[in-house]
Amino acid sequence: MIELQDISVAFTGKGHAIRAVRNVSLRIGQGEIYGIVGTSGAGKSTLLRTINLLERPDSGRVVLDGRDITNLRGAALRRERQRIGMVFQHFNLLHTSTVYDNVAFTLEIAGKSRQEISERVPELLNLVGLADKAGAYPAQLSGGQKQRVGIARAIANHPEVLLCDEPTSALDLETSASILELLQEVNARLGITIVLISHEMSVIKKICTRVAVMDAGEVIEEGDVYDIFATPQQPFTRQLVDHTFNLDLPQRLTQELSGTLLKILFLGDRAETPVLSDVTLRFGVSVNILHGKIEYINNRAIGLLVALLGNGPDVPQSLTGSARIASAVEFIRSNTARVEVLHA
Amino acid sequence: MPEVLTTLLSDLTLAFGETFLMVGTSSLFAVVGGLPLGFLLYITEKKLFWDNQIAYALGSFFVNVIRSVPFVILLVVLLPLTQFVLGTTIGPVAASIPLSVAAIAFYARLVEGALCEVDPGIIEAAQAFGASPLRIVGRVLLREALPGFLRGFTVTLISLIGYSAMAGIVGGGGVGDLAIRFGYYRYQTNVMVVTVIALIVLVQVVQTLGDRAAKRADKKGN
Ligand SMILES: Nc1ncnc2c1ncn2[C@@H]1O[C@H](COP(=O)(O)OP(=O)(O)OP(=O)(O)O)[C@@H](O)[C@H]1O
Ligand SMILES: [Mg+2]
Repeated sequence: MIELQDISVAFTGKGHAIRAVRNVSLRIGQGEIYGIVGTSGAGKSTLLRTINLLERPDSGRVVLDGRDITNLRGAALRRERQRIGMVFQHFNLLHTSTVYDNVAFTLEIAGKSRQEISERVPELLNLVGLADKAGAYPAQLSGGQKQRVGIARAIANHPEVLLCDEPTSALDLETSASILELLQEVNARLGITIVLISHEMSVIKKICTRVAVMDAGEVIEEGDVYDIFATPQQPFTRQLVDHTFNLDLPQRLTQELSGTLLKILFLGDRAETPVLSDVTLRFGVSVNILHGKIEYINNRAIGLLVALLGNGPDVPQSLTGSARIASAVEFIRSNTARVEVLHA
Repeated sequence: MPEVLTTLLSDLTLAFGETFLMVGTSSLFAVVGGLPLGFLLYITEKKLFWDNQIAYALGSFFVNVIRSVPFVILLVVLLPLTQFVLGTTIGPVAASIPLSVAAIAFYARLVEGALCEVDPGIIEAAQAFGASPLRIVGRVLLREALPGFLRGFTVTLISLIGYSAMAGIVGGGGVGDLAIRFGYYRYQTNVMVVTVIALIVLVQVVQTLGDRAAKRADKKGN
């Protein structure tokens, strides 16, 4: 559907060149909700803007549905852009136009007749739940409502692709969730492919099917959201993921630890086998769970536990204490996805 | 005493007529000439859809030159132009020519400033949806900057009322000229006070109407 081939974009900053995007290649499939995540200044917006050529790449090609659009200009480019919707962080609505006229604007651009517009606008406002706000001006709307107008006008011309640059970053948590749901609905009901930028993994986790992780202009990791969360390869990605799971222990606990502290990752079916109770029985160790959570990503479970292993009361005679714990850790390791020893 | 009053009244009516003629003509030119020139400056400077640095430099230079010459001098310098266009250099219509030139330059800068106030994100959104340059100018810029245009136009009108007082030099007449002639040359302070009060009222009315129009166009607050 969308193919970015070896895209590079540089800006001339104060005297030196800023390589905002470096040799990025991506393939985004039809009907996907594709996330791009990374810290501020990583080049996410610049990369997204090359898809509708608001930013012209210095090298590389942008291919949409098999059509190379990289070198389109003028009217041909404008026609192509009508098939690509865009949603902005700060909404970018026309202040001096009503909600109705804001949505009508994109239809006018596509050359729709007055009658078509008067039929389509109410339909769109219904879809985004703003049927009663047609006559309001943007200044009279809340942030969430403004973004709904932004989405309504972006999908007005039945685009194939919707580009969203941090569509929820200016909104509170609850409003943000409702906007993400709306985007999901747009994707599912209208079959529009969505490319969504965020600096929050929690947003990606909620609605994306695939994700690219950007750092300093490069895509350092790319894949299914579940896989990225379950088995991040790059240190930067792992840091992002850890940050979302947020399994920090209070300092009081970590200072007074005695025993072996483990972080255990359970994936998919294996999350359902009773590994920890097996361990207490087999090796006679005590297991004290300090922290834990289960996340469902695209309906598959990722479980994380922080547990403290110690010597249990009924010690089988054959093994010393430390050897028992070592074999318990080994047993857990071979029956779960990943075990990290945080403290021994 | 009544005779003095009636002459003053007829003098004032005539003077107001002349002021309206001069300010009306030149403000019309301010819109017809200054608005496109302001757009040209904005578009070429922002490299919006026309990156022409020569056009920008020329336009900007013209505006700066006109604006840096004191109006009294502009009035004199442009006498040949007035003569060429109208065949005369005397009277309110003749005074309207240099006034119009000043008005175009003055308003063009204010238009450019108002356009710079338009949120670039809105223009980017329009471009992202595939709007043509003509549509961006007509549907986006013109409307989003309208409150600024109206405020700028009010400022221009009031400046023109002030400039038109100097039109007496070329026999243009007008309210300001009346005040200068009676108050300054003939020491009739009472006439001067009346005309100055009339001018203050005029400026107040223009400012109030301008503010109201700008506020109506501006949907940002409410
Ligand atoms: N028009 C521009 N001119 C010069 N430099 C730019 C321009 N746009 C972006 N940059 C630079 O390119 C780099 C990438 O910017 P970009 O906006 O793509 O980052 P981002 O990942 O979207 O960040 P954020 O999360 O803050 O939006 C930054 O260093 C930025 O300063
Ligand atoms: Mg950005």
